[in-house]
Amino acid sequence: MTDREVWITGIGLVSCFGEGAEFHWQKLGARTAPEPVVDCETYKPYCVFPLPEIDWSLQIPRRGDQRQMENWQRLGTYTAGLALEDAGLKDNEEMVSTMDLVVAAGGGERDIAVDEEILRESLTRNDRDMLLNERLPTELRPTLFLAQLSNLLAGNISIVHKVTGSSRTYMGEEGAGVSAFQNAFARIRAGQSTHLLVGGAFNAERIDMLLSLQLGHFAHMGDAKPVQARQATGGGTIIGTAGAFLVLEDAEHARARGATPYARLSSIASDLGPRDLEKTKARIDALIDDVKVEPGAAVVSGASGVAGITELEFDALRRHLGEDVAIRAYQSLVGNAVEANFPFGIALAALALRHGGFYPVFEEVEKPASGAPSSILVSGIGHYRGEGFAVIDKV
Amino acid sequence: MSDKYTDHLGRPIVVVTGMGVLTSLGRGKKDNWEALTSGVSGIHRITRFPIEGLSTTIAGTVDFMDVEEVSAPAVSTAMALATAGEALDQAGYNGSGFPGPLFFAAPPVELEWQHRFTLMAEEAELEPGYGQLLAAARDHTHERMHECIQLGSIAYKLAETYDTKGLPISLSTACASGATSIQQGVEALRRGETEAALCAASDGSVTAEGLIRFSLLSALTTQNEFPEKASRPFSKDRSGFVMSEGSAALVLETLEHARARGAEILGVIRGVGEKADSFHRTRSSPDGIPAITAIKLSLEDAGVETDEIDYINAHGTSTPENDRMEYGALKNVFGEAIHDVPISSNKSMIGHTLTAGGAVEAVFSLMTIREGVIPPTINYNNPDPDIPLDVVPNVKREATVKTVLSNSFGFGGQNACLVLGAEPA
Repeated sequence: MTDREVWITGIGLVSCFGEGAEFHWQKLGARTAPEPVVDCETYKPYCVFPLPEIDWSLQIPRRGDQRQMENWQRLGTYTAGLALEDAGLKDNEEMVSTMDLVVAAGGGERDIAVDEEILRESLTRNDRDMLLNERLPTELRPTLFLAQLSNLLAGNISIVHKVTGSSRTYMGEEGAGVSAFQNAFARIRAGQSTHLLVGGAFNAERIDMLLSLQLGHFAHMGDAKPVQARQATGGGTIIGTAGAFLVLEDAEHARARGATPYARLSSIASDLGPRDLEKTKARIDALIDDVKVEPGAAVVSGASGVAGITELEFDALRRHLGEDVAIRAYQSLVGNAVEANFPFGIALAALALRHGGFYPVFEEVEKPASGAPSSILVSGIGHYRGEGFAVIDKV
Repeated sequence: MSDKYTDHLGRPIVVVTGMGVLTSLGRGKKDNWEALTSGVSGIHRITRFPIEGLSTTIAGTVDFMDVEEVSAPAVSTAMALATAGEALDQAGYNGSGFPGPLFFAAPPVELEWQHRFTLMAEEAELEPGYGQLLAAARDHTHERMHECIQLGSIAYKLAETYDTKGLPISLSTACASGATSIQQGVEALRRGETEAALCAASDGSVTAEGLIRFSLLSALTTQNEFPEKASRPFSKDRSGFVMSEGSAALVLETLEHARARGAEILGVIRGVGEKADSFHRTRSSPDGIPAITAIKLSLEDAGVETDEIDYINAHGTSTPENDRMEYGALKNVFGEAIHDVPISSNKSMIGHTLTAGGAVEAVFSLMTIREGVIPPTINYNNPDPDIPLDVVPNVKREATVKTVLSNSFGFGGQNACLVLGAEPA
């Protein structure tokens, strides 16, 4: 069995800055990095990178469909539409009906008002279980469940964009994004798929999500300082609303339909284990060896800013690629989009390679690039668990 | 192009060398098989939480696990550890590290009401609400609470306990997840990425809120009076599924790898098929084409003709719509011959184990082949005249079964089918 070449032929992106692949290259690839768009008031002491203004109808024409989703699903479905459009495959029934779908998703979006009402009422009751039986059947919206199921982002993409070859959803924080790409890459390379849509979306403007992070003491509090700058004050992650979907194709499939690639996805590797210093260091070293990154490569880093693991990653990158390696930790600008974090990084790498450039420093300590890289290493190390790397090359 | 270790398309033959299963019928293959072939139901009145005011008061909860707290993550984790351990023991891998990846069909887990109430109590002087819960999270450590609500954490725990290789996969295709975990293991083995894969699924998410959510979608039966009679797939008076808990695990290997190490071969995963549906979030396409396509693809993938299928392990949820759609899809693929193929629904006894269903039913399908006994569809006293299938009504049947089709369909347009077979000669 000969390995197929895997091309990136479409990109859909949404972040706090706005939407569109080209838009993000213009914004983040300019001479100097843009000022972050960040909301530090709504969830004080936590900052979040918010959803930009967006007209859902542009990619989700039916109001009924919009109503059946919560924002993370709307964002994912919207971004998936952007990627299909960018690849020239939108509404191409023959292509989307055989296109495989791989989604990295969280889930569990709550109805905060209902939860808080029940919490308040629970103070006056000794039979809290009965309170749930009384309140939940009448207060919960029946369709909320469908907005909570992880695989219903994929379901909505199938419904709205008719992507129906196959449909798989991966879970597990940032690692979900890594698993999604690893599966997508492996299937195309082995000839198990010719073209697929892969990515994820994350809604950061959720107090229940902040609670989940804070329970593990992973959330950064206070100003939205960049990833490395905030290490001095204890680090922590700052979540960001974002969506990233990519169309991956067997190069032959892309050539046959005259599609131009952004870049080639050349290798990907991942692992997971206990987060102790020595073992994590050894795993990261082994992964960087595994993906066979070239010495002159630049790095698009998905580092979360959580203390310990962030330094470990940067140390390893410098050890493998030299002290002056250009590392761009994009969470400084768009935040941690968790399941969509790794897909976002791969999109940024692919954009730079197509445009024959790289990004300006995203914070002061980052080193300037010594020219346009032809190969980019993308890291996706979870704030809590899971490690992944991919190499994206110029075609 | 095929030799004794490769299939009709020249790909490595994928075999099963270890299986574990746990449902409301009991723990382990032996107890489950005895109950399943005796037509025993595991469905009972819910005792885990009060049922007053609920429209459905029955479920197939697993109440015999030793857990520190009764919550979806805790029950699901305990069951997953048990079935993965059973499968690895049988395959001869327990305690020695597993030489391949984990594909885990993960249930939805999140913070539960008991956790919110605990956090509330820690900051009792504050106004009730998420601000208060966040303050509690800041002021105290909640390592276990945090761990158990991460969607990947059951897979992490399995990977750590049984030393599987690489980043463990947590996946969801709703009620097809169990089948998808096996499908992904098969695909990885065929790609040559690994010689072995651990495929597991677990779902212990019967909480009050979990039950209410399904009730609000009108998916559950409300025939509460006789719990053991409530799940009645293919009957005229079926009225919804029964929510249940369970877990299953399978060790997959290439035939060559299994033979080389002298492992006992329990069966073969001959084919997998999948097709997404774009019709509706909870309902199947009325023309049944996605389900038809998934069935056809699995047969094609297996290199099997419809007349070689000796038994069908149905998705058979006991909802009016699923059972009708499943019959229509099967009839489309098999033609009139479908009326002569025995088909039964394990869900008549174990209920719908949701995320775990496809894996639990794959284990039972392989046991059907090995034991030469087809488990019945119980509670079949009022046949639906529009579904004239041989559902192996109420009593098990001895039969020579070499090849089985197992169907799984889920919310979100998920359709996954497996073709399972006996050990190759």
